[in-house]
Amino acid sequence: MSVVAAGSGTKVDGVALTVLLIFFVIVTVGGFMAAKWRRPESMHSLDEWGLGGRVFGTIITWFLLGGDLYTAYTFVAVPAAMFATGAVSGFFAVPYTIVVYPLIFIFMPRLWSVAHRNGYVTPADFVRGRYGSRGLSLAVAVTGILATMPYIALQLVGIQAVLDTLGLGGSSNVLLKDLPLFIAFAVLAAYTYSSGLRAPALIAFVKDTLIYLVIVVAIVYVGIKIGFGDMFKAAETKMSTKTPKGAATGVFIPNSKTYWAYSSLAFGSALALFMYPHSMTAVLSGKSRNVIRRNAAILPVYSLMLGLLALLGYAAIAAKTKVIGADGKPNAQLAVPHFFHDAFPSWFAGVAFAAIAIGALVPAAIMSIAAANLFTRNIYREYFKPDATPHEESTVSKIVSLIVKFGALLFVLSLDKQNAINFQLLGGVWILQTIVAIVAGLYTRWLHRWALLAGWAVGMVYGTVAAYHQKSAATAHFGGSLAKFPFTHTTVYIGLSALVLNVIVSVVLTLILRAAHVPTGEDATAPADYYSDSVPAVRPVPGTAGGLPEPGAARA
Amino acid sequence: MPDNTPRPLPTGVAVAAGVLLAIPILALLIVPIYAKKGPELWGFPFFYWYQLLWVFLAASFTYLAYVLIERARREGRDQR
Repeated sequence: MSVVAAGSGTKVDGVALTVLLIFFVIVTVGGFMAAKWRRPESMHSLDEWGLGGRVFGTIITWFLLGGDLYTAYTFVAVPAAMFATGAVSGFFAVPYTIVVYPLIFIFMPRLWSVAHRNGYVTPADFVRGRYGSRGLSLAVAVTGILATMPYIALQLVGIQAVLDTLGLGGSSNVLLKDLPLFIAFAVLAAYTYSSGLRAPALIAFVKDTLIYLVIVVAIVYVGIKIGFGDMFKAAETKMSTKTPKGAATGVFIPNSKTYWAYSSLAFGSALALFMYPHSMTAVLSGKSRNVIRRNAAILPVYSLMLGLLALLGYAAIAAKTKVIGADGKPNAQLAVPHFFHDAFPSWFAGVAFAAIAIGALVPAAIMSIAAANLFTRNIYREYFKPDATPHEESTVSKIVSLIVKFGALLFVLSLDKQNAINFQLLGGVWILQTIVAIVAGLYTRWLHRWALLAGWAVGMVYGTVAAYHQKSAATAHFGGSLAKFPFTHTTVYIGLSALVLNVIVSVVLTLILRAAHVPTGEDATAPADYYSDSVPAVRPVPGTAGGLPEPGAARA
Repeated sequence: MPDNTPRPLPTGVAVAAGVLLAIPILALLIVPIYAKKGPELWGFPFFYWYQLLWVFLAASFTYLAYVLIERARREGRDQR
């Protein structure tokens, strides 16, 4: 197969592959063993399978949230974006992942409290209880599932980048090409199925240890071998070089034309991040409000790591890393894996690859669990089997967690991998539209359920259409996430423009609906639910099997 | 159920915590304040090291807000 020979990874790197496999085996064994960790009497409820029993303390939550929020997006897509087009498409992730924590600190304890008091497992559960609206709850659930799939797809792209660098996946046979990826994902699916949230919580320890080790070594290497000054100079030169079309390659430091783009990407992504079902899952699995608050203060450590990893995209520029894939085509996603492969001995490159691959598996597991919980609670139970037992719920969730992973595969096959960072941004455009119902709902019942539904619909349609029209060098559609704000010439993140429209529609329609005295629905939550840290009366006594708090009781 | 219905925070504490949390958000979202090259630090342009520095500053501000709220909560409990 001549195609293979054209790539840089012509030979399989045996040493690096062996190291990667060793870590993969460790993690797989850990994933299956996790079912026994703090073993409950029964795994057959969503509280146990989907939320790890809601007992995680500050440290476990720190690893879990860190493992959850810092994904292949961090390790592969952000440096790739830095490598390809610089700060506005990549480095905004740093302010984004800093700004998100004050926001989590403010909003999430309230959500935690109301969820704990009422036995909510998903954000859509909360919306259902707060607004008494099945339609709105369905919208939130469907959006959550939809938005999660491209994000899981991004994890696949990360794993693919590693496999490609190792020399696997160069075959022109489609089936053979993606076989290692399928195997990795099948194994992931299997232990997620059996251990639920405990698996990624346990594996997150391995992942983070590896990542921190790798990043420290890489930064020391860059400092000594390349020098930070030279690294930035190389990046600046590349970004200001004109492309054949006459535009600059990228942005080294934003100017007045791109201030809003940078700032809106950071803010919009931050708002979106904690609306994702998987971040909610990790937050709700904490055992108290203070676990969340403390984590908001200590999680930024990961953002430092993210910033340094992002700069590896520049290091790859300075090191003149080649990003030709095994299939002979250039692929920016390979910047970091190839940088490690070129700069370090095989065994250490193997460790770095393991870090990236495991770093993609952990969030993929949590995301599929979160999406599955949404389906089970807010679609299956709501529309098909209202009297589902906790056991049935967990069974359905397990199966759906498998289906969701395959949905993600569809995204990988259908979207442009060059700009994998857009997978995450597209999901962000969608998930952002649920924030009005959820966050406003944490403070006030003023907004009308139907107005919220209409606002959501407008935001979804605008966001999807606007994203659809973005061209990139490689694709005709979904090629970017920036567009002119309606009726202006300012380029901003589509998700944020859609959110603005969403809020306007929600407020205006609320005024109209309220004036017309349209019923606002029943509120199943009590004011004290929102700042309570106490164990509610409906919580089961620890140790009693299958004692899932009955949300129906709170909703009735 | 004794001590099972906590009260909302006193307004002063809530406002102070809110300000502490708003500072990092504004410092990073107002891009013109830091979108410049100099002064450089260890070869890092200002734009880059400023944002990395805010990782630590934001963590400190958030932690301070946590301490404030915790103290208020504890005092609230003691007064009952």
